[in-house]
Amino acid sequence: MKKESMFGLLLLVIRRDLMLAMRRRADVLTTLIFFVMVVSLFPLGVGPEMDMLRKMAPGVLWVAALLSSMLSLGRLFSADHLDGTLEQMMLAPQSLSMLVLGKMAAHWMVSGLPLVLMAPVLGIQFDMSAEALGILIVGLLLGTPILSMIGGIGAALTLGLRGGGVLLSLLVLPLCIPVLIFGTGAVEAVSTGLSVASHLSLLGALLVLALAFTPWVTAQALRISME
Amino acid sequence: MLEVSNLACSRGDHRLFTGLSFALHPGQIMQVQGENGSGKTSLLRTLCGFLMPDEGDIAWNGSSVSELQEEYYAEMLYLGHLNAIKDELSGLENLRISAGLSGIELGEKEAIAALRRMGLKGRELLPTKVLSQGQRRRVALARLLVSDAKLWVLDEPLAALDVAAVALIEELIAEHLARQGMVIFTTHQPLQVAGMEMRTLTLTRAGSGSRGRSA
Amino acid sequence: MAINWFKYSAPTTFYGLAGKLIPWFGISAAILFAVGLYIGFFVAPIDYQQGEFYRIIFIHVPASIISMFLYLIMAGYAALGLIFNTRLSSMMATAIAPTGALFAFISLWTGALWGKPMWGAWWVWDARLTSELILLFLYLGYIALHASIDEPRRADRAAALLAIVGSVNVPIIYFSVKWWNTLHQGSTIKFSGTSMHVAMQQAMFITLVACWLYAIAVILARVRSIILERERHTKWITELPEVK
Repeated sequence: MKKESMFGLLLLVIRRDLMLAMRRRADVLTTLIFFVMVVSLFPLGVGPEMDMLRKMAPGVLWVAALLSSMLSLGRLFSADHLDGTLEQMMLAPQSLSMLVLGKMAAHWMVSGLPLVLMAPVLGIQFDMSAEALGILIVGLLLGTPILSMIGGIGAALTLGLRGGGVLLSLLVLPLCIPVLIFGTGAVEAVSTGLSVASHLSLLGALLVLALAFTPWVTAQALRISME
Repeated sequence: MLEVSNLACSRGDHRLFTGLSFALHPGQIMQVQGENGSGKTSLLRTLCGFLMPDEGDIAWNGSSVSELQEEYYAEMLYLGHLNAIKDELSGLENLRISAGLSGIELGEKEAIAALRRMGLKGRELLPTKVLSQGQRRRVALARLLVSDAKLWVLDEPLAALDVAAVALIEELIAEHLARQGMVIFTTHQPLQVAGMEMRTLTLTRAGSGSRGRSA
Repeated sequence: MAINWFKYSAPTTFYGLAGKLIPWFGISAAILFAVGLYIGFFVAPIDYQQGEFYRIIFIHVPASIISMFLYLIMAGYAALGLIFNTRLSSMMATAIAPTGALFAFISLWTGALWGKPMWGAWWVWDARLTSELILLFLYLGYIALHASIDEPRRADRAAALLAIVGSVNVPIIYFSVKWWNTLHQGSTIKFSGTSMHVAMQQAMFITLVACWLYAIAVILARVRSIILERERHTKWITELPEVK
C-alpha cells in the first residue's frame, strides 16, 4: 500500500469534488442560470439605453457573480457534513487546511469558472468593448477564487445552522466588498484611461492573501462547527 | 497504547462523565457500554479529537493526542454512525477515496478484493444509492480491510448488518487483534471475538454526572 | 473531583466589581454629556460655512470613532477568548457587539441628517459613511451568527473567528472604499475650518469621553446579565441576593 503525499491528497479532494459535481450537473447549471438571469434582469429594470448599460455592465456582472457564488457556497461543506465524510476528512493524516484548499479549488472550478466563461457573452449584451471585456475576464479570473475562499470561511462557520444560506451571505458579502471594488474599478479604468494594472495587481495581492490565510481559518472554523 | 486519564466531558450544560481513566494496550479490545445518552458516542468522538474534553488528557504512545494531531490520525481509524459514503459514487470509488483520505493510495484490484470479501461481489461498480442500508454499511466497513491503522474506534459497527456480516466483522476484529491492533467500540448487539478477553467500560449516570467503570 | 477554580473565579469576582462600577460610569457619562452638549450647542461659535448644522458633529464624530474602536476591542476580546479559552473575554466580546452596532447606526443616522442640509441629499456615498455602513454590516453579521448558534461555546468560538477575520478585513475594506471614492470623485464631508475653535474642541472631547463612559457602563451591565444567564446553574449565582 502506498502512502498519499500532501499534494496527492489535495488532488484527490479536487478530483473527488469534480466527479461529484459531474454526477450532479443540475447544481452547477442552476448557479450558472441564476447568474445569467440576474444579469439579464438589469436592462429590464433600468431601461435599454446603451450608454447607461455600458456604464453599468461591470458592476452588474460583478454583483451577479458575487450573488451566484453565495448561492452555491451552502453546498461546499454541508453534503460532506451530513453523510459523515467531513469527519473522515478531519481525521486525515494530513493537515485539514490542505483538504479545505482542495474543496475551495473544486468549488471555484464548478461555480466560479463557468461564470467567468459566461461573462463575455453577457458583456456583449451590455455592449461592452472588447478591451473592457478582456479586463473584466482577467478581473473575474483573479477575483472569483477569492470569493470561493472567503465564502469557505462563512460556509464553515454556518455549517448545520438553520437559515444557514441567508446567514452565510450576511457574513460573507461585506468581506467581499474590496474584491468587488477592485474588479469593477479595473474595467472602469479602461474607459477612463486610468491604470488597469494597479487594480489588477491589488486583486492579485488579495488572492495571494486569501490563499495564504483562508484555508487555515476555514479549517479552524470547521473544527469549531463540528464540536 | 491509548491512555485516557481523568477525562471529563459535557454537552452544553449537561455533564456526561467525569474522572474517566483507562488504558488500552496492543491486542486489547474494549466495549463501551451505557444507556442512551450516557455519552458513549461523545467519548468516542472525544478520542477522535472532534470534541474537546473539559478536563483530562488522552495520550497515544505516551504523548498527548492534541500535540500529535496528524501523527495520531495516521494510526487510527474511526467509523461513526454515518457511513461517510457518497450516494453518487460506486462502492469502488467510495472505498478508494476514503482510503485516500486516510492516507493510503489504494489500487483498483485491492479495492475490489476488499469489497468482495465484504460480500459485495457484482455490486462494486453500482452507485451506492441503489444499495440497501446493510450493503452501504458493508461498503463503509470495507475500510477496515484496507487500513493499516493500529487503533480502531467503531461506533455501532453492527448497525444494519445481517448475521453473516456480523460474523465477518467479528472475524476482522479477531485478525486485527492478532496483529496487535486495538479496538474500542460501542454496540447494542452482541459481539463475540473468539479467544479474546473483552474488556468493558460502563458509563453510568450517578448524581451530577456519570463515572466510567473499567472492568 | 477536581474543578478548575481559576476558570470559574473570573466571572464571579467580575460580576460584583462590574455591579459597583456601573453607577459611577453611568452618572459621569450623563454629566459629561450634559456639559459637552451645552458647550457644543450654546458656547461654540457658528461655523461660517455650515452655519448651525455643523453642530451635529458633536454626536456624529464621537459615535463614528467609538463604533470603529469597539469593533477592534471586540475582536481583541474574542481572540483572547478563542486562544486562551477564557469565558469572561468571550462574554465581553458578545456584550460589546450591540453597543458597537448602535454607535455605528447613530453615526450613519447623524451623517444622513448632516448630509441633507449640506449636500441636499440624505445619503451621499462618502468614503467614511460607506465604511461606517460596512462596519454596521460586520457588526450585524457577528450578532446574527452568535444568535443563530444555540450552544454558547460554539457560538462564542465561531463568532470570535468571524470577528478576527472581520478586523483583519477592516483596513482592506477602508482602503478599498477610499480608493473607490477618489476614483469616482465622490463628495466628502469635511469640516471647513482648518483650525477648530477651542470651544468646539472642548465640546467634541467631552462628548467623546461621555460616549466612552456610556459604552463602558452599558457593556458592563450586559456582561452581568450574560454571566447570570450562562452561570445560572452554579452555586454562587443561586446565592446572590438579587436572585434569591
